[in-house]
Amino acid sequence: MDEQLRTKFILNIVFLLAVALLIYWGQHNLNNFEIRILNLAAIFAILGVSLNLVLGFTGMFSLGHAGFMCVGAYTTAILTMSPGSKAIIYFMEPIHPVLANIQWPLLPAILLGGITAAVFGFVIGFPALRLRDDYLAIATLGFSEIIRIIVTNTITITNGALGLKNIPSIKSLWIYWLAAILTILVIKRILNSSWGYAFRAIRDNEIAAEAMGINIFKHKLLSFTIGAFFAGLAGALMAHLITSVDPTMFRFLFTFQILLIVVLGGMGSISGSVVAALIVTIGMEVLRIVEQPMDLFGVVEIPGLPGMRMVIFSILLLLVILFYRQGLMGTREFNWDWLLNKLDRLKDRMRGEAA
Amino acid sequence: MSMDILLQNIANSITLGSLYALIAIGYTMVYGIIRLINFAHADLLMVAAYIAFYGILIFTLPWWVAFLIAIALTALLGISIEKVAYKPLRSSPRITVLISAIGVSFLLENLGIVAIGARPKPFPRPEELVWNIHLGDISFLSLTIIIPIVTFILLAAIIFLVKKTKIGIAMRAVSKDVETAGLMAVDANRVISTTFAVGSSLAAIGGILWSMQYPQVDPLMGVFPGLKCFIAAVLGGIGSIPGAMLGGFVLGFLEIMLVAFFPHISGYRDAFAFVILILILLFRPGGILGENVVEKV
Amino acid sequence: MLRIEDIQVYYGGIHALKGISLEVPENKIVTLVGANGAGKSTTLRAVCNQVPVSSGAIYFQNEDITNKRTVDIIKRGITLVPEGRRIFPNLSVLENLQMGAYTRSNKIEIRKDIEKMYDIFPRLKEREWQIAGTLSGGEQQMLAIARALMSRPRFLMMDEPSLGLAPLLVKEVFRVIRDIYEQGVTILLIEQNATAALQIAHYGYVLETGNIVLQGPGKELAVNEDVRKAYLGKA
Repeated sequence: MDEQLRTKFILNIVFLLAVALLIYWGQHNLNNFEIRILNLAAIFAILGVSLNLVLGFTGMFSLGHAGFMCVGAYTTAILTMSPGSKAIIYFMEPIHPVLANIQWPLLPAILLGGITAAVFGFVIGFPALRLRDDYLAIATLGFSEIIRIIVTNTITITNGALGLKNIPSIKSLWIYWLAAILTILVIKRILNSSWGYAFRAIRDNEIAAEAMGINIFKHKLLSFTIGAFFAGLAGALMAHLITSVDPTMFRFLFTFQILLIVVLGGMGSISGSVVAALIVTIGMEVLRIVEQPMDLFGVVEIPGLPGMRMVIFSILLLLVILFYRQGLMGTREFNWDWLLNKLDRLKDRMRGEAA
Repeated sequence: MSMDILLQNIANSITLGSLYALIAIGYTMVYGIIRLINFAHADLLMVAAYIAFYGILIFTLPWWVAFLIAIALTALLGISIEKVAYKPLRSSPRITVLISAIGVSFLLENLGIVAIGARPKPFPRPEELVWNIHLGDISFLSLTIIIPIVTFILLAAIIFLVKKTKIGIAMRAVSKDVETAGLMAVDANRVISTTFAVGSSLAAIGGILWSMQYPQVDPLMGVFPGLKCFIAAVLGGIGSIPGAMLGGFVLGFLEIMLVAFFPHISGYRDAFAFVILILILLFRPGGILGENVVEKV
Repeated sequence: MLRIEDIQVYYGGIHALKGISLEVPENKIVTLVGANGAGKSTTLRAVCNQVPVSSGAIYFQNEDITNKRTVDIIKRGITLVPEGRRIFPNLSVLENLQMGAYTRSNKIEIRKDIEKMYDIFPRLKEREWQIAGTLSGGEQQMLAIARALMSRPRFLMMDEPSLGLAPLLVKEVFRVIRDIYEQGVTILLIEQNATAALQIAHYGYVLETGNIVLQGPGKELAVNEDVRKAYLGKA
């Protein structure tokens, strides 16, 4: 048994090294556009994994992720924009004096983005999590919209509908994917702990879980808050990737994409969410060609169909939920067992032939 | 506030309330019978508005023909959506069918963008229906009277349907105990399809009236009204048709009056509905008229 | 009239019926007795296809109705008064009765039958407009039976009609069952109250964890030692 654990440990290190090499290669060989897509994929991976925690592992249908992203994004934006930028950009109404001269370094700002979102999650969770599935969905959607509307209207803090620009930009593959990997590791750790056990119990059968002595509300709130934290983190990273934020960015469209990623990857599979995040993010870009006019063999020109991407993704969501509900990975994860089993059987077969 | 403006606001709230009520009934009927928040319901109002729009402008049909076709096609669409996207998931966990509803809603909206374009288009108001009425100093649109009247007629028709007709009583029976209703040879599928047909028709009529009142159509026009109408249904008591009517009027009234009396927070107008939702769900989840619906077990 | 041949039913993850065969001759009352969980309700539900039959067959008037759609089975003249009454709590007494007549279209005849029900169950007439969920247990039972009769069934199945009722009401229920029988309806009755059931039944089957362990004319079973010890002790 120890030998297996050791082998797995080594395999994990090798895997991480391989990923690091890939990132290194990517950083130096891919063009800006491709790097940006991969960074976006990393952000969506964080979002997917965090929503999966709430929806796939704890069984709570939360549609509020866009709102938490918004909180995280604005927090980091306000904290990291230079005072000079702030003076220029807040031109409808000057920024609140308390915030005018702050300029934080990036890492604490991003972390605070996550923490602020977590606080929102905690506060929202108190009323919302008492509700059942469908009501919870609408309630979290409602809160998300309320956040967005508040942001649009508190102009001295957020510059309202005009949004914020000149947010310090982060371009490196390393940062985003490091964040993604850390998120995955943390959430995996949580899921393998007694918390994770409680989450799954709540998802499978709330009444039985309560009978086993699990404090349902406390654990739901915990899961929800952790999900909100990572959503806020992702939002903050998004702000630094795109370098501008405005309230219309955080409409339901975002939540839909994250939902698609979770469903496509498998509600209950972290690996699935990561894979699906890559597929969806890259797919979004690839499908842009559908929206541009196309030249078929230089003979026929097919006009572009704007909005067709989302049609395709909506159909994809419907197809998965109707016919292949467990998504790509169901509740399974990538692990080394599969590989080791195959190797063991190979070994046995070779031994068998030799004998 | 002067009397004129107050009257204007009251008229507006009756109009808005009527529209909300019409659409809210569809939500509550569907929820009552299969316990689903039909996210796609509101998009049906958009579909109806566009069919009417094209009927009048491209096919140069008389307005009433275009309207009838719009209602019929929308009802058919509603039934088809149920058969394709909700029926197969009837025995699945509720989250699954909710996701399906979100998928359908998104699909409709984006098909709208693809087929028609995201830019809003002005809706052709038929002259026979929309004209200006002058009463002394004040003038208002005929719609201010027509919409509530149409709404009340429809509401009366729905109540008649649900209380007096065989299929209506069957709908109410199925919403409580579909298995036992089966023992009376009630075909649950037929009843559910009928529910969707009626609800979708109401949404279609609501959509057409809406586009006459606020004469602009765009693919996302149903999103906010949809959410608010669902909230109205919850406010009145989800599953209760009189509740949906009441909720629609109350929400419309509160929304208009809020902006009228506190114009400086009019930016928060849309958030207001959500605040009401949260409050209702916390303190009286059964709504004004309903029984306590949010059970834990 | 009804013939069940060796049916196996799996329900809720357990093997509920392990090869049941029974017969209900026309114009007779047959009863199925047994302890809780023996499979009595499952048998009735299998006849209506509320639970699927995995093997074996069910014949109604020599026609195979195994696993046919519930709607079609009901239309052949079979009705079930389900366990726990299951009246529609949000409908009035009158509306419940109207639901019972769902398959019929002649409004005049339906109204006549409703009046007949009011004669048999006068308390229902008093409460015609009352919402059924607010009726007492006994009244709900009466309503459930009346509702079932509204479809003019030729074959009536009843699942524990006396459950939870006071002794006076139980007597009334059995009087009603006798009356229905005398009107020419064939009855298949499930009861925990084995005494009353076996007294009224022409024939009886004893069910134990999915198997028929004993059968015979009602009077014989009523005096059978094993049956008395097991079921009649707590009648």
